[in-house]
Amino acid sequence: MKRTIPLLITGVVGTVLVVAYFIPHPPFDSLREDFSIFFDIIASVAFILGGGNLIRMHGSRISRKESNWPYSVVTVLGFLLTLFVGLTKLGNPNGFLGSSVTTSGSYFYAAYEYIFRPAAATMFALLAFYVASASFRAFRAKNAEATILLLVAFIVLIGRTFVGELLTSWLPDSLHFLTIPYLVEKIMVVLNFAGNRAIMIGIALGIVSTSLKVIIGIDRSYLGSG
Amino acid sequence: MKRIMWLGILAIILLVLALRTAQGHMLNPFDSFHGFGTWFAALLTLAIMSFLYNDNPVYRFAEHLFVGVSAAYWMVMGFWSTLVPNLFGKLWPSLTAKLFIPGIADQPRDPLWFLYFIPLVFGILLLLRLAPKGGYLSRWALALILGTTAGLRLIAFLTADFMGQIRATLNSVAGYVHPSLPGGTGVFSFEQMFWDVVSVIAIMAALSYFYFSKEHKGNFGRFSRVGIWVLMITFGAGFGYTVMGRIALLVGRVEFLLVDWLHVL
Repeated sequence: MKRTIPLLITGVVGTVLVVAYFIPHPPFDSLREDFSIFFDIIASVAFILGGGNLIRMHGSRISRKESNWPYSVVTVLGFLLTLFVGLTKLGNPNGFLGSSVTTSGSYFYAAYEYIFRPAAATMFALLAFYVASASFRAFRAKNAEATILLLVAFIVLIGRTFVGELLTSWLPDSLHFLTIPYLVEKIMVVLNFAGNRAIMIGIALGIVSTSLKVIIGIDRSYLGSG
Repeated sequence: MKRIMWLGILAIILLVLALRTAQGHMLNPFDSFHGFGTWFAALLTLAIMSFLYNDNPVYRFAEHLFVGVSAAYWMVMGFWSTLVPNLFGKLWPSLTAKLFIPGIADQPRDPLWFLYFIPLVFGILLLLRLAPKGGYLSRWALALILGTTAGLRLIAFLTADFMGQIRATLNSVAGYVHPSLPGGTGVFSFEQMFWDVVSVIAIMAALSYFYFSKEHKGNFGRFSRVGIWVLMITFGAGFGYTVMGRIALLVGRVEFLLVDWLHVL
């Protein structure tokens, strides 16, 4: 019961959706689109599950007064306040039914504009420092492959700034193919594209085989061990 | 001593900020909601950047606030953009129109609307993971998600990524792409043909590296080694692009601090 029914659901749904692709007649023609929406709906419910887990975890930290519990209060308060202003559309200039939750001027918009967006952008911006420091420590031109990687990264980095253009601007037209902007273009459009295509073909084959394993029931790792 | 020094620096910064605000060079946080929000966003930005020095309480406050707000943000967005129009709107259009979206009942009803009880039931089953008993029922919802993903992705990746990439590669080898095809100019070019042939050889070389049914020796080994170089170029370009993207974000944040908050530029 605990393992057979989930396996059946996966197998039936997966098979029906694969078969539906080859039947362009009602009700199969809209089935793939419908299930795609079902996926979105259940993913949205998963956000509720995530929120519930967040409250449960931080709530237990607060009630047990574990170390750093005041920070959990910040998380819970931030979560509940944003949830409240979002669900009630508080401060929405056109009222509850008037316009979207993201309308400029609402408190939810303010939470996005003054907390979520700056915090997310700064978190990702910090990665610039960590990537730079990690690459300084890890990147060494030990062999041909590592040298190519370093060289290409360097060319792409300076090629996307005005320095790249300035450095080779003195080259005559006959040596245009040696200018950094030209090199960057060819690296990005030809070689980078080729590598990405090979990776994408590999990923596609991997996803097809994994999907088949899941549908047939060979891959059962999602059921856990219980 | 160190603490006193830091407090001194902080006091001087606060004094300068207060003076600039009093002189009208900066937005007053108590004048308007926008002013307060800009100050809050600026302090939050500085709090997160303080992690570059060391882990500290100000950073942890910002980090925990961000976790709480972002969890609620995605939950609210999921509710208003997916659950309300796609679930409640399909199952109970008139009630949804009365409570949430006034115009939704005017649209013609989907003939297969009753199918939407499936995600409703499975969504509820998913939430049972939070219940003390019956948590195993949430696996049914997980099974539906996996079945849907497998069924949709299998075909999508086979047609769009696998066949699509091969088709797009071979379309351009002749040095001419018909205007009706993506990226097609309709003009023949030898240079284009040269680069397209290079591209095809590079793709074959990179793919040969992933082919493990034959030992990488002799000519095949040399060819797959070229494939590694192609992949290294791709990773190098990807790395350069990622760093540029992060630096662009950093420039955006510094611009916000200097222009929108401090008004010094």
